[in-house]
Amino acid sequence: MTTEEKSNQTNSDTNPLTAPVPDLWRDPNATPFVEIENITKKFGDFTAVDNVSLKIYKRELFCLLGGSGSGKSTLLRMLAGFEAPTSGRILIDGVDMAGIQPWNRPVNMMFQSYALFPHLSVEKNVGFGLRRDGMAEEDVKRRVKEMLDMVQLGHLAKRKPNQLSGGQRQRVALARSLIKRPKLLLLDEPLGALDKKLREETQFELINLQEELGVTFIVVTHDQEEAMTLSTRIGVMNHGEIVQVGEPHDIYEYPNSRYVAQFVGSVNMIAGKVSVDEVDHVVVESEEAGCTMRIDHGISCAPNQEVHVALRPEKIMVAHDKPEQDLNCMKGRIEEIAYMGSLSVFRVRLPSGKEIRVTQPNYARDMGARFTWEDEVYLYWDVDSSVVLTV
Amino acid sequence: MKRRSYFLMFTALLGFIFLYVPMISLVIYSFNKSKLVGVWGGWSLKWYGELFQNEQIIDAALLSFNIAFITSCLAVILGTMAGFALTRMGRFKGKMLLSGWITAPLVMPEVITGLSLLLLFVTMESLFGWPAERGTLTIIIAHTTFCMAYVAVIVQSRLADMDESLEEAAMDLGAKPSSLFFLVTLPLIAPAIISGWLLSFTLSLDDLVIASFVSGPGNSTLPMVIFSKVRLGVTPEVNALATLMILIVAVGVVVAMLQMRRKQKNDETEA
Repeated sequence: MTTEEKSNQTNSDTNPLTAPVPDLWRDPNATPFVEIENITKKFGDFTAVDNVSLKIYKRELFCLLGGSGSGKSTLLRMLAGFEAPTSGRILIDGVDMAGIQPWNRPVNMMFQSYALFPHLSVEKNVGFGLRRDGMAEEDVKRRVKEMLDMVQLGHLAKRKPNQLSGGQRQRVALARSLIKRPKLLLLDEPLGALDKKLREETQFELINLQEELGVTFIVVTHDQEEAMTLSTRIGVMNHGEIVQVGEPHDIYEYPNSRYVAQFVGSVNMIAGKVSVDEVDHVVVESEEAGCTMRIDHGISCAPNQEVHVALRPEKIMVAHDKPEQDLNCMKGRIEEIAYMGSLSVFRVRLPSGKEIRVTQPNYARDMGARFTWEDEVYLYWDVDSSVVLTV
Repeated sequence: MKRRSYFLMFTALLGFIFLYVPMISLVIYSFNKSKLVGVWGGWSLKWYGELFQNEQIIDAALLSFNIAFITSCLAVILGTMAGFALTRMGRFKGKMLLSGWITAPLVMPEVITGLSLLLLFVTMESLFGWPAERGTLTIIIAHTTFCMAYVAVIVQSRLADMDESLEEAAMDLGAKPSSLFFLVTLPLIAPAIISGWLLSFTLSLDDLVIASFVSGPGNSTLPMVIFSKVRLGVTPEVNALATLMILIVAVGVVVAMLQMRRKQKNDETEA
């Protein structure tokens, strides 16, 4: 323990705990820290988690993202040991977790409700785990003090949970779940109960803490913004299945399905038919858009297959005059403008009746005045802005 | 601030008069110097003095307290177990029915409870000779049966309100189920258990009907003694005794209520 502490105080460059996180998930030979193999969980007839397999690597901050009832919380509870999988295996650090009770797992969890013990002080709450392990009282006191100082709550040690604000309770819960130095920390909607401003601040604290301690985090959230900011990788869940796993950038820019594209951020879905399908580009004819669209990536599809082109609102440009390009250019009429300060949102109606959402950054003060209701405008975008989705 | 209507104040006053005038007059007459009931002879504490010299009454009071104490302890243990089972067994067929059954003794007429218990004890005695005679033991058993229903209901509602993730958090932090109960669950339901205990105590102390059915000769509880005395005419001594009982019951009820209030307040600030 003392050597560990010493190493904490040495130069951060030589400290393995604070070295930059290697992107282990990109290395095909890396050993995963958590392996979820074909996990299925059924409650009666209802399948909450459906044949999920995942590999999570050391020091990752992995987000399970999904709507309510997508099975993300059930998956987390199986990792913590509160639910037993109907079939499949979970390995943590190479050890099969089957039959290992929650109190014997090298895992701690931070609950959505924080689950602070109301009858115990902050200090007793945080020290609860260490005392259960029979640690000497003076060591418990010292560790609790260190931990409370780290989350900046040293001055509130004697308070009861009901005398704390929401943000303070969240920190106590975090401190309590980290005090046993778990190899893996599970966080169930860790920021869900905080207001927006506090949530943004806390997000970065959480990332810093995770990098500092070198613990692997698995976070469950329904908030795609939170997932984008926090995570090294995101696993998007729907109906108990993992639909896509990838880095935030990949999930946002290269969604593999309409579900993912629509769940993460907002998107315009334009239906069309593939007319040219080459290795490096696709051409899609769309009646809905009233134009021909070219996308600079190939897909595997049948000729004339019905596809959807996903186009993010911020990737569309708006102009009164016809742009030079004929491809990727639609004409429509502005129906709605929402001025939001940093950006403006337009709802543009195409002749086909299709509604397109466009966001424009307000890079000049009079941007808001340049377009008005009922304006006939051209919407255009680059070949590398959109994505073709077959499912 | 809203002006109070005189009508509402009058109604409230009337209600309180209706409720409390009998008790207040009893308390006042317990300090009456005169031996005749209904004739005021000035203030005196002499009936309290005589009360404490009346061995029959003192014995009965001690017996009642004894019974009430043991009863509430037993009722708390059994009632907590029942409440626990009902909230934690998950959903199963007939759960509603079982929950209903546990509350049935609360609404059952005491005469029926008393009669059925008496029949049971008599049958048991003739079948296997236990309980050998009716007395303190049978009263305790009888009181425990209906008191545990109250405790079960109180504990059950407290447990149902409790966030189950608290227990999961304790397990997650390394508490085994055995220590988990004493470290987390019990402290959290303690207010419910305490108020259940106090309620059982007052219920047992008050009971006349059931005790009359199941007690044997020479085992008269305090309410039984009062009742038999009153049949021979109300004496100021009984007034003094009744005043003391009102005091004890009132303290019990107030403490139980404060417990519940404190629990509620804690819950509110938690939310």
